Amino acid sequence: MNQTTELRIIELATKLRFKSLKMAFEAGKNGAHLGGGLSLVEVFATLYGGIASVDSKSPDKETRDRIIVSKGHCVLPYYSVLNELGFISDEELAGFETNGAPLYGHATRNLSFGIEFSGGSLGLGLSYAIGVALACKIGNRKNRIYVIVGDGECNEGIVWEALMSATHFSLDNLTVIIDHNKLQYDGNVAAIMNMASYKEKLEAFGFHVIDVDGHNIVELYEAFQNNISGKPSAIIANTIKGKGVSFMENKKEWHFSTLTQEQYNQAISEQVNK
Amino acid sequence: MQNFNSINFRTWSKLGQRGAFFGMAIFDVVEHFDNAMVVTADLASLSGLDRFINKFPDKFLNIGIAEQNMLGISSGLAQEGKIVFATTYATFITMRSCEQIRHYLGYMKSNVKIIGSGAGLVMAYSGNTHYSLEDIAILRAVPNITILSPADATESVKTAMAAAKHDGPVYIRLTGGLNQPMVYKEDYNFEIGKAIKLTNGGDITIFATGSMVYNSLEAAKILKEKNIGVSVVNIHTIKPLDEECVNFCSKQSKLLVSVEEHSKIGGLGGAIAEHLCSLSNHPPLLRLGILDQFRHAGDYKYLLEQNELLPEQIAAGIEQKYSLLN
Repeated sequence: MNQTTELRIIELATKLRFKSLKMAFEAGKNGAHLGGGLSLVEVFATLYGGIASVDSKSPDKETRDRIIVSKGHCVLPYYSVLNELGFISDEELAGFETNGAPLYGHATRNLSFGIEFSGGSLGLGLSYAIGVALACKIGNRKNRIYVIVGDGECNEGIVWEALMSATHFSLDNLTVIIDHNKLQYDGNVAAIMNMASYKEKLEAFGFHVIDVDGHNIVELYEAFQNNISGKPSAIIANTIKGKGVSFMENKKEWHFSTLTQEQYNQAISEQVNK
Repeated sequence: MQNFNSINFRTWSKLGQRGAFFGMAIFDVVEHFDNAMVVTADLASLSGLDRFINKFPDKFLNIGIAEQNMLGISSGLAQEGKIVFATTYATFITMRSCEQIRHYLGYMKSNVKIIGSGAGLVMAYSGNTHYSLEDIAILRAVPNITILSPADATESVKTAMAAAKHDGPVYIRLTGGLNQPMVYKEDYNFEIGKAIKLTNGGDITIFATGSMVYNSLEAAKILKEKNIGVSVVNIHTIKPLDEECVNFCSKQSKLLVSVEEHSKIGGLGGAIAEHLCSLSNHPPLLRLGILDQFRHAGDYKYLLEQNELLPEQIAAGIEQKYSLLN
């Protein structure tokens, strides 16, 4: 990765964290998924800022890369990055969690917004992505399909049905990113339902798997480009839930919450003084 | 294109609804729509798809015994421009993957046609796990899903092309077995949402769907001998319900009857009852269907008999109810 790209991604990540916090604060008592949003900031910044080919001027272009967000509650950085890329206007973003507006707590398919998939019911995005990847293969398109899933989300059975079929159909145009922030709603992922090693499990399913620090954009950038012919890829992004805000990090209480003015001020000052 | 003539009608009838659909009609669909595909969950041979797979290997995918994943994959394919026909037994496709239908088809409006075979009681000695008694009730409540229930093998052939031409998710419920009796002996016009009146009688209207259309016609013959005039209406589209037709028949008849190879709860009878209760004045509705119980298995005819769905039982049930009105 050249220095320009690296700086661009770092700058984008910083903006996403600011915007995510602002969105959550402005959502007021409606609340927002802060923890699992902030864990994905660097993944979104790297994917949209340096890897994937998407264009807000032609959002339905057949050859675009498909970014499918199965973990539908990570809308804070997701909407933010789509706003940065020109898919979602500032006015539309400001409508987040307001009555009748299209941007709600779980992203809903809207190609003009760059949203490929309706998330919210966990586990469904990966299976959908298999169908998309198959269609792209059948159509001889050279694009890639990226699908973001949560680590807790992998408790869902359909995730494993989908993983099984990804290797069966040799979908080497597919990259699965698991946001391994180690916390789900009720607590520690290993305590709720111990999945042990995601890497070993996915390798056993025939994936080409790379374990990375999910907040290190250099590692992420390289992992995104490290693909093998004939095999689907998976990136285990080891992340921190609530990353970047000291009082949120690794705290399950911040999975879904509201921000007071004081908390917001502190969270923002931590970004400024980083 | 398949010829809609009496020779073919007899051939299709031997194959039954599923055999006619996947052995015959689906060829028309892929020849007409280059983007059509068939997807199944380990039920290719049994669905009569072998000939299709030989001829169009690139238009077929077997997802294995994973109905939920089948619908996820179907949805992804559909949103990328394919018209996907996804099939397995009605019980598994509508219940194992119920939320997938709601999410991918209802909510995301993916252009997927789900073909549930062996609906009702035809799975006989396989037992209750393989019967589909609740599928209409479940899917009727999901927005954006069109529900078709053909009366015989010929109508099953017609639903294939009609579903392919319809832009949006469709559930096709296939009932009955091999050698299914023919309701239609000559060609006719099939239009989604337009019920078809098959006989005219001034006293009673039977709204029937799927395999029960034929049994209702037979019941109407029995009643006619007793000087009770019965109109039989084929409700091949359960959703959207042809409310205009129900309104019309409601004005013409002293008794309304619904007959279906589905639970008495929430199916065609439920749909008609929901509509009728919005009318200020309407005749009573007798709902005939599968009893609200899991019973022991048996052959198809035995099971229909247990649920009082054989023609003479339908006629007797209607006659009894009708006699109480006078």
